[in-house]
Amino acid sequence: MALLQVQMVNKSFSGLRALSDVNLSVEEGSVHAIIGPNGAGKSTLLNCFVGRLVPDTGTVHFGGRSLVGLAPHEINQAGVARVFQTPEIFADLTLAQNVMIPTLARRDGAFSLNAWARADGQRDIRERVDAALEDVGLAHARDVIAGTLSRGDKRRLELAMCLVQEPKLLLLDEPTAGMSRADTERTIELLQRIGRRSITKVIIEHDMQVVFTLAQRITVLAQGTVIAEGDPASIKGDPRVQEAYLGGTVQ
Amino acid sequence: MEAVLLQLLNGVDKGGAYALIALGLTLIFGTLGVVNFAHGAFFMLGAFCAVTMHKLLTISKQVKDESVTFFDSYKEIPYLELWLGDTGARIIDYAVPIAILLAIPMMLVLGIALERGLIRHFYRRTHADQILVTFGLAIVLQEVVKAYFGANPIPMPAPEAFSGSAAVGEWLGLGGGIYYPWWRLIYFLFSLALIAAVFAFLQYTTFGMVVRAGMRDRETVGLFGINIERRFTIVFGIAVVVAGLAGLMYTPVLPPDYHMGMEFLVLSFVVVVVGGMGSLVGAVVAGFLLGILQSFASMNEIKDLIPGIDQIIIYLVAVIILLVRPRGLMGRQGLMET
Amino acid sequence: MTSARSDLLLLAAFAAAVLAMPLWMAPFGAAYPDLLQRFAIYGIFAIGFNILFGFTGYLSFGHAAFLGVGSYTAVWSFKLLTMNVLPAVLLAMVVSGLFALAIGYVSLRRSGIYFAILTLAFAQMCYNLAYSVLTPLTNGETGLQITRTDPRIIDTWVSGPSSMIPSTTLFGIPMSGYTGFYFCAVLLVAAFYLSLRIARSPFGAMLRAIKSNQNRLNFTGVHSRPYALAAFVISGVYAGLAGALLACTDPLAGAERMQWTASGEVVLMTILGGAGSLVGPFVGAVVIKYFENIFSSFNAGTLHSVFGFLPDGLENAVVTVAGLFVGDGWHLTLGALFMLLVIFMPGGIAEGARRGARALRGRRAARRSGAHGAHATHGPRAHGVASSAHAAAQRAE
Repeated sequence: MALLQVQMVNKSFSGLRALSDVNLSVEEGSVHAIIGPNGAGKSTLLNCFVGRLVPDTGTVHFGGRSLVGLAPHEINQAGVARVFQTPEIFADLTLAQNVMIPTLARRDGAFSLNAWARADGQRDIRERVDAALEDVGLAHARDVIAGTLSRGDKRRLELAMCLVQEPKLLLLDEPTAGMSRADTERTIELLQRIGRRSITKVIIEHDMQVVFTLAQRITVLAQGTVIAEGDPASIKGDPRVQEAYLGGTVQ
Repeated sequence: MEAVLLQLLNGVDKGGAYALIALGLTLIFGTLGVVNFAHGAFFMLGAFCAVTMHKLLTISKQVKDESVTFFDSYKEIPYLELWLGDTGARIIDYAVPIAILLAIPMMLVLGIALERGLIRHFYRRTHADQILVTFGLAIVLQEVVKAYFGANPIPMPAPEAFSGSAAVGEWLGLGGGIYYPWWRLIYFLFSLALIAAVFAFLQYTTFGMVVRAGMRDRETVGLFGINIERRFTIVFGIAVVVAGLAGLMYTPVLPPDYHMGMEFLVLSFVVVVVGGMGSLVGAVVAGFLLGILQSFASMNEIKDLIPGIDQIIIYLVAVIILLVRPRGLMGRQGLMET
Repeated sequence: MTSARSDLLLLAAFAAAVLAMPLWMAPFGAAYPDLLQRFAIYGIFAIGFNILFGFTGYLSFGHAAFLGVGSYTAVWSFKLLTMNVLPAVLLAMVVSGLFALAIGYVSLRRSGIYFAILTLAFAQMCYNLAYSVLTPLTNGETGLQITRTDPRIIDTWVSGPSSMIPSTTLFGIPMSGYTGFYFCAVLLVAAFYLSLRIARSPFGAMLRAIKSNQNRLNFTGVHSRPYALAAFVISGVYAGLAGALLACTDPLAGAERMQWTASGEVVLMTILGGAGSLVGPFVGAVVIKYFENIFSSFNAGTLHSVFGFLPDGLENAVVTVAGLFVGDGWHLTLGALFMLLVIFMPGGIAEGARRGARALRGRRAARRSGAHGAHATHGPRAHGVASSAHAAAQRAE
């Protein structure tokens, strides 16, 4: 069953065609990677999923429901969580507070005027926060100010923030960008661990090791169109993919 | 028809003032990335340059008044008149334009000193911090002026030759009867000239080109090895001089007083927002447009229809623009849109 | 993590300090009712403003408008209904709340600079209108006062018409002198407690998240606009309350309260005390009003007596310079203080206290949440002054 269904999406910016007739179908529970050379339109496509951009034409359906035109918070409430290229966290709050926010968002919805109860007094919240931090291996640092973490740890925090919401779909925008080899290995391992909980994952990545280790299905974008799609083995051997990466013009 | 023309004219000189202030604001914001709440104060300081020049030129000597015979009476005669007679009086008469010679170096020095001493420490700080510190600066400047010059507006007359009105109607072939004060026309032309000078500088000099590039994309300019921050001092200085000159030449139209700065600042920010933050052309166009709009709104017919509209028209327009088209008339999309 | 118990202790300490002000302020020469009332009233104003600025990170330059609205509403209540302060206060809070809802709804469609300019524009609009078109409501420059011939419907119904200008009362107790102060003080403590609860609540956590990274918050499923609007309205209600109390203690409402300088003053108080902290804004308000009182009353004579010990030439020089900063020059001092604060200690007194405490304890506690302490609702950051979502805007540049 296709959880995320993208059909005939087109997007142009002042005459520049960023996406042309892009089709994408992500099966529930799968790990689907989107790869392609720089400027292929990967981030543009992702932004269409998360409400940052509205496609000129085409549809984006999530669990049967259209995501086009929804505000970011609505898309999240529908079950889509995302991780940013540069980890986006609440830098001046502690790790525990960072994870508490999404937990509260999950429990209370997009808005609730709960101004009298104590946020830290609620046991169920605290337990969920601690569990999420435990999952990503940051439980020891729950009282550390998030801004002081290394990039790799910030990424882990961000993942914890996503996981605590128990999303149906997790969008990862270049999760290992700028990471050392060691950090990348740790991130792959973390993502594999999460994978056992069968959250559908869409990963945009440059790092081929990450892609071929994690992905069950790969879509290749180049210059705004899908040039290939299939399982890792067939993509590896696909001549069009090789040309796109090695021979084609880079925008 | 005459009324319309008159209001149009009424609007363009005030519009010129707005445009000049907004131009400086946009230069500073677009190049340095600093929100400068003290810019209105520079306008005010320019105006007080005129006052200072006038004071300087009219330093007087007490002389016995010969025309009063049955007791000793003294009057003050400016030294310039004593030494140079009619020419001296002429010079005093032209105090306002002559003050330009004083204002340019003074405002330039002030601008450079402020940029070096204060503003540059705020490039990397948040906009809120910039607003707050320049807000404090505006208050300090305003209070110093108030302490020295007093709290009352100080009328500054235009030179005698320009204190009358021009027969604008006749020039435009619309028949006699439409008159417009000479000085206000001059101010309008002056503001156009100043705007043109700034744009020419940006367009035709290498320095200007770097500034324009930096406004478009600071990061890339930096990647080319151009140290744009060194140029910031000059840009800031230029913006301060422009604001000061705008204020200086405006004194015959509006007697300078210590709190005119903030009034013009609020309106100028509104102009920048309407024109589009980061767009120089937008700032100028919006300045004139809003000046004219405000002028029309103060027509009696309009005021009868919607009382008080002249007080709030500019703010209303800002609100509407901010809601409907947040990037303003000519702003770049994505800049500051949240 | 702060506990409920430490919060109650904080509340008790605060209440004790405030209610005992007539006692411990005496050595500072500040124990007279008029000044004490101002401490309380501006404390309320600043605490409310802090909810929007310190917690949520939205800098508004127009809050003086709500102060003015509160004052005018209260005076109208005195004129039309009753001299009893309770309806005046309640009405003022409701009206300014509605005002804040309207203005906030429009202004919050943008954030950062745009938001600040919008609030400034609205405040200027209100100010201009108060002096021109709305004079029937505001009485323009003269200000709105109570007169002998006011209807005072409820009062007349209860106790018959009056032949003198009455004073504001709380169910018969006149609101003058220390009684007036205690009325304000009780409300101040209540206002403080509410801000404390908000800070500790999930709602408060969301506000802090808005300030920290509004973009992230939106993608985390939270609709940040209603939170910001709620904070705006709450701060507007606080401001309206403060305005009403100003009228309760001195039944006159003037438009000069709505000037941008008054808005600037509350910003300064909040920053001085420490934006984002709980007690900071109150401390800032007290400090500003205290020194305003002193500085404004200084003149050349008092300066000479202060600096009399200096040799004559030096004394004159010092007096001339100092003279710029006192009396009418209080605003100059304010402006200079503003600048110094933002440049050197944007975290205000609260940050200074924290740094001092840390230095005393000798701990490099910068990375621990112990730095939060019992007071703060925000952690150490590069600039103690709020900015928030505006970081997102900066990224767009």
